[in-house]
Amino acid sequence: MKKPVQTYSAISESTNFHERRSLWHRIKLAARKSPYTARFGVVVIVLYVLVALFAPLLAPYGEAEVFPAAYEPWSSTYIFGTDQIGRDIFSRMIYGARNTVGIAVATTVLSFLIGGSLGLAAAIDRRWIDQILSRSVDVLMAIPSLIFALVLLSIFGSTVLNLIIIIAILDATRVFRLTRSVAINVVVMDYVEAARLRGEGISWIMRREILPNILPPLIAEFGLRFCFVFLTIAALSFLGVGIQPPTADWGSMVRENANLLQFAQYDLRSGLTPLLPAAAIALLTVAVNFVVDWFLHKTSGLRDEQ
Amino acid sequence: MSNRDQKGNVLLDIKGLKIDGFSDEKWHEIIKGVDLTLRRGEVMGLIGESGAGKSTLGLAAMGYTQPGCRITAGEILFDGSDLAQLSESEKRGLWGNRMTYVAQSAAASFNPAHRLLDQTTASTIRAKIKPRAEAHSDAKTLYGALSLPDPDHIGDRYPHQVSGGQLQRVMTAMAMSPRPDLIVFDEPTTALDVTTQVEVLSSMRAIVEEFNTAAIYITHDLAVVAQMADVIKVLRYGEEVEEASTRVMLSDPKEAYTKSLWSVRALEKPAQKPSDTLMSLKGIDASYGTIKVLHQVTIEVPRGSTVAVVGESGSGKSTTARVITGLLPQLAGSIEFNGEALPKKLSERSKDQKRRIQMIYQMADTAMNPRQTVRDIIGRPLEFYLGMRGDKKEARIVELLEMIELDASFLARLPGELSGGQKQRICIARALAAEPEFVICDEVTSALDQIVQEGILKLLLRLQDELGLTYLFITHDISTVKAIADQVVVMNQGEVVEQGLKSDVFQPPHPDYTNLLLSSVPEMDPDWLTNLSRQRAETAS
Repeated sequence: MKKPVQTYSAISESTNFHERRSLWHRIKLAARKSPYTARFGVVVIVLYVLVALFAPLLAPYGEAEVFPAAYEPWSSTYIFGTDQIGRDIFSRMIYGARNTVGIAVATTVLSFLIGGSLGLAAAIDRRWIDQILSRSVDVLMAIPSLIFALVLLSIFGSTVLNLIIIIAILDATRVFRLTRSVAINVVVMDYVEAARLRGEGISWIMRREILPNILPPLIAEFGLRFCFVFLTIAALSFLGVGIQPPTADWGSMVRENANLLQFAQYDLRSGLTPLLPAAAIALLTVAVNFVVDWFLHKTSGLRDEQ
Repeated sequence: MSNRDQKGNVLLDIKGLKIDGFSDEKWHEIIKGVDLTLRRGEVMGLIGESGAGKSTLGLAAMGYTQPGCRITAGEILFDGSDLAQLSESEKRGLWGNRMTYVAQSAAASFNPAHRLLDQTTASTIRAKIKPRAEAHSDAKTLYGALSLPDPDHIGDRYPHQVSGGQLQRVMTAMAMSPRPDLIVFDEPTTALDVTTQVEVLSSMRAIVEEFNTAAIYITHDLAVVAQMADVIKVLRYGEEVEEASTRVMLSDPKEAYTKSLWSVRALEKPAQKPSDTLMSLKGIDASYGTIKVLHQVTIEVPRGSTVAVVGESGSGKSTTARVITGLLPQLAGSIEFNGEALPKKLSERSKDQKRRIQMIYQMADTAMNPRQTVRDIIGRPLEFYLGMRGDKKEARIVELLEMIELDASFLARLPGELSGGQKQRICIARALAAEPEFVICDEVTSALDQIVQEGILKLLLRLQDELGLTYLFITHDISTVKAIADQVVVMNQGEVVEQGLKSDVFQPPHPDYTNLLLSSVPEMDPDWLTNLSRQRAETAS
C-alpha cells in the first residue's frame, strides 16, 4: 500500500494499473472461467480442423475412389456404406471437412478483407466514398442473396474460384455495414483527429488507430459470417451449383444420397446415411455459435451481477 | 417523517465504513474506515482528488455499492436503520423516495425517449407519495424555484431539447420531487460553464434550504464547495484527512494536505515582455455548414508567450483552434505563422508546418488510442516527423517522459492504466515529441482535480521557459488564466469581445460580457454567492 505523501508528485497519482501477464497465462485464465458450451464448441472446432488437416491420413480410401459396389450398406469395409457410384461415404465425409470448411474459411476471409477495408474507408471519409459504397451495398442487399448467387454462378460457371469470389462479395455487404457502423464511433475520437493532424495517411489510421479498437465485434461477426457462408455453400451444393463432383462436399453428399431416406423403413442405418453430412454441418455451426456467444459476452464488458 | 422539520437531528451516521473494490483478480480496500455524521438540513461537502473515494462514499451513504465493490465493515445508519444490512428491495423502497441522487453528467443520465416531466416525477408517483396530477404540478413549481425558463411547459420537452445547465437543474428537480431526507450531489456543476454554474448553484442551494433537506455535495472544486456546504470533509486515499465547518476549514485548515489544496489557487505567472509575433489570425470567418460560428476573429500571438482564449461553450474558442490546425478551413481571413501564410486546408500544409503546430486535448482519455502503449504514443511522432528508430527513439521517449516528471516504468502502460493527470502529461509529451513551436491547449486542465491541475500548469510553464514554446490556451476557468496567461482574449458568440495583456483585461472597466464572466468565477469565500446573487438582483431591479 502506498503511504500518503504530503507533496504532490505525478508518479504517485493513484492509477488502475494491471500486472503484465503473459498471453499463455491470460488464455489459461479465460479457459478456467469459460462456460461448458464454449468448451464444447472449442473442442468440436479443434476436431474439425484436425480432421481437415490430416484428411489423407485418416480416410481409409481416396476422395474419389470408385468401387464396383454402389449403395453398399454399412459394414466393416465401408463404415457408412457407399454412394450411388460406389464411393466410400466415410472417406468422402473426411475429405468433405477439408473442402467445405476450407472453402468457407477462404470465402469468409475474403469477404472480411473486402467488406472490412471498404467499411473502414467509408467511415473515415464520410463524403463521396461513403455515399458511393453505401448505396452500392444497398443495391446488392436488395436482391435476395441465394437467388443472386444462383444467377451469378450460372452466368460465370460453378468453379471453386467463382464460388469463393461471388459469395465473398455478396457477404462483404454485411461486413461492410457492420465495420462502417462500429468504426464511425471510433473515427470521431480525438486520437484519430490527432493522427490526422500529425499528417498520417488513411491506411495508417485504418490499421493502427481504428482497427484495434473495433476488433472484438469484428471477430464475433467473423464467426457468425463463417456459419452463414458455410450454410450458403452447402445450400448451393445441394442445389447443384456449388462445389462440383468429384470433389467431396457435405452439401452435395446430402443431395446425392437423399433418396436413401426412403429406405429407412427397411434398413434404419442406410436411412441415416444422408443425414450424416447434414449433421456434420449442423454440429460445426452450433459449435462456432457457442464460441462466438462466449466471446461476445466476454468482450461486451457486461458483468454478471454478483 | 414526523421529525422532518427538526433541524439538527442526526439523519445519517456512518461508522467505521470499509469498502473493497475488485480489480486485477484481487480485492483492494478503497474506503478504509470512514466516519460521517450528517444532520437534517445540513450540507456536507466531500472533497478530494480522484481516487480518494468521494463518489464511493457518497453512494455508500445511500446504501449503494457499485458493481465490483463490497462493504466489508462498518454500519450506515440512516434514520436509525442500518443500510448495510437491508435487503435490496428494502433499499429500493428508500431510493428515489427518501434519498435521491444527482449525477455528474445529466445528459448521460436522462432517458432520451421520455419527456422531462415524466422522468422528474416517475419515482414520486411510483412510491405513491403524491398522485400523478399533484406530482406534475409540484414539479412545475420546482422548475420555477430552480429558475428554469417557462416552468409550466419545459417539462414537455425531451432531454436533447434543453441545455446542459437546464438539464442539471431538471435533475435537481427530479431529486427534490419526492421531498427526500437526503440528496447526494455528485459533482453536479463540473461540466457546466462558469456563468451557468452560478445559476445552478444558487438555485440548488435555495431549494435545499427551503425544504430543509440534508445533502452530501461531492466535488473537487473548493470554491464551489465553499458556497454550498455547512461542513467540509477532506478525503484522501480512502481516509479522512480532516473535517470542520466551512468557515473554519477555509480560514484555518489544520492538515498540511488541506493547506496544499488551498494554496493551488495562488499560482500566478509574472507578466512578460512582448516579443515578435509568431502567429496572427486576421479577420477569420468560419462556419459549420450554413451556421456561421466565427465572425472576423483577429488574434495576435507573440512568440514565447501564452495567450489565453476565454469564453463559455459555444463562444467559438475551440472552433478557432480547429481553424488554426487546418481541420476547419476558414471562409475568409488569413493566418500567418512565422511570417508566412499558412494554407487553409490541412492537406495543403507541409509536414514541417504540421509538426510546428501541435495540439493538446481536453479529454486525455479520448486523445490517446486505448490500444497503444505509452511507448507507441510518444514514439510515433518521433518516428513520423524526425525519422528516429530503435535505441535512439527509445532514449528520446525516456527523456521526454522525464521531462514531464514521469519515468521509464510507464513505457509499457496502456492509457487505461494511467491516472487523469498522467494521461494529460503523456499527451503533452506526445506534443513535445514533435518539437513544436506553437502548442494549442484546449481546456487541458478542466477535467482534472485541483492539485493535478496545478501540477500540469506548473509543468507547462516550466516547459515554456525551457523550450521557448508559445501557447494558445483555451479555457473557461479564470483562475487558470491568471495562473498561466500573458495575454487574454475574451470571446462571446464567435466574436472577440476584448483582448490585451492580462493585467489590462482583468482591470475595470470591462465590456458587459467580460464583467459577467469575471464575476461568475466562484471565490473561496463562503459569502461570495450570497453577495453576488444580491448584487445581481439589485442591478436587475
